[in-house]
Amino acid sequence: MAKKKFVVGCFDDEAVLFPAVKKVRTSGYKIHDVYTPFAVHGLDHALGLRETSLHTAGFIYGITGTATALGSISWILAKDWPLNFGGKPHFALPAWIPITFELTVLFSAVGMVLTFCYLCQLAPFVKKHHFHARATDDLFVMVIECTEKTNADDLKAFLASNGAIETDIQVAEEGWWLGRYDKDEHPFQNKQTVVA
Amino acid sequence: MASIREQFEIPGKMKTWSMALIGVGLVALVLGAVTKGFSSDEHEQAHFWGTLMYNTIFWTLICNASMFFICVTTLAMGGWQQSFKRIPEAISTMVPIFGSITFLVLIYVVVSDKHHIYHWLDTEAVAKDPILSGKAGFLNAKFFIIWTTLAIGLWSLLGWRMRQISREADEAPMDQQTGASYIWRSTVRAALFTVWFALTVGSTIPWLWMMSIDAHWYSTMYSWYTFASSFVSGMSLIALWVIYLKNKGYLELTNQEHLQDIGKFMFAFSIFWTYLWFSQYMLIWYANIPEETVYFKHRVQGPYKGIFFLNLIINFICPLLILMKRSSKRNYTLVTFMAVLIIFGHWIDFYQMVMGSLSKEHVTLGWLDFGILSLFVGLMILFVGRALASKPLISKYHPFLKESIIHQV
Repeated sequence: MAKKKFVVGCFDDEAVLFPAVKKVRTSGYKIHDVYTPFAVHGLDHALGLRETSLHTAGFIYGITGTATALGSISWILAKDWPLNFGGKPHFALPAWIPITFELTVLFSAVGMVLTFCYLCQLAPFVKKHHFHARATDDLFVMVIECTEKTNADDLKAFLASNGAIETDIQVAEEGWWLGRYDKDEHPFQNKQTVVA
Repeated sequence: MASIREQFEIPGKMKTWSMALIGVGLVALVLGAVTKGFSSDEHEQAHFWGTLMYNTIFWTLICNASMFFICVTTLAMGGWQQSFKRIPEAISTMVPIFGSITFLVLIYVVVSDKHHIYHWLDTEAVAKDPILSGKAGFLNAKFFIIWTTLAIGLWSLLGWRMRQISREADEAPMDQQTGASYIWRSTVRAALFTVWFALTVGSTIPWLWMMSIDAHWYSTMYSWYTFASSFVSGMSLIALWVIYLKNKGYLELTNQEHLQDIGKFMFAFSIFWTYLWFSQYMLIWYANIPEETVYFKHRVQGPYKGIFFLNLIINFICPLLILMKRSSKRNYTLVTFMAVLIIFGHWIDFYQMVMGSLSKEHVTLGWLDFGILSLFVGLMILFVGRALASKPLISKYHPFLKESIIHQV
């Protein structure tokens, strides 16, 4: 559990957020993430995030499904236990296409859901730090990772001068950990602790 | 929007090319008419008129698909197509022109009683044939002529009304109330076209024009199959014109985001076409009834085997693998290549749908087919270019124009 120091800046307007993201990046700070209440068009581009590889994974799962279906059906019906169905050839490819299609869809769908959960670290009992409770309500929360060279107070002032309505410094776990929701305090009841 | 180039000017090169293509096409047409069309041999006649039939039908339907695209996006309250909407509109102005040519060809075939093309025209054979006499209420010359006239006439008329209302948004800014009533009126006109499109392209017209060549055979998938073919080629044609105008420096408001959505249509409807291709094939293969398999016999096991499966590779495997990636749908070169490939693939598909039934013993694909194709491509380039040049390329005051400008996928 590696704890890190973060500077958090809250914005209440997309039009202020975008120039701020640009300035923070050109000033050389590393943005950990921006938490928004809804999907903001173009923000991923502004943050310079690389394109997700989820679709490549989906393609591979789909191909696996195709191969599984064709491989197993052809082995069963043409080699291991050939049966005569209505005088059709043992290798009755057109009849297998619907099953092959279904298995392709099933493999890629289930595989992509699981991969998505893995990439987003979503699972039962997995917990992540909430930088600001209002990120799910009406605030755009920009989180900047501090290095040993970063002067956190300067950075706070820099964010405020770029339109952040609220700034603070948090020391938090950057990844995920296992925990139980019922034993934790609810994020809304918990006032954000400010560590200087 | 001072920097927008609203007016398309036809480049000299485009005129030269279209005239050259039309010239080549006319030579082929005359040569074909002299050597085949009016010869005494029935097979030669069927070859010539069949070639004219599938080309005219193909080009009429894919130009009509442009108007269908405008109407369905209007009905879906789509805004993203506004920045390039004048291109499908210009392509749809071809419907009256190609429609008239189709009309002349089909009416000539029916009136001159060419029953080696449409077997149901042979009244003596129909009277003795219980299957054909059962279909006689639908498959007869009178109904064919009336329904063909109505179909082409109403496509042209309803399409023209859609283009007229689109021009209204060029004149003056609209306030909220005029904008809302404008959208409502567009919706009504689009709905009228779509309903008529469903009654014709979506069902009866492919039965009449093409399926009835095999008068005894029928398939419930046939019309949807034809529709899917024409719609995916229609989207490819729109993509080609969009890219052409982009290259010439027009359509400043259209960008990769719009291209990706056009590419998605090309991708999705290639899959849809394959779904129908396969459904039609598998049901007949599984049931294995001679009355039904007669259509596939010479296509799957006879001389058309190569074309039949090449068709599947061009129209399914290539779009599936190449257009699947987001980056390839945003790549102008790749979309151009795929659009040409898809149009060619579906042209070949129409070829085997018509000629596969008229010339069962041998494949007739040759100079006549490509000559007539060049005639139609030339006509299309010439008239679509003129239609584009006759109107501004953007409807400035359309209420949804902003949605198209900020479109992002």
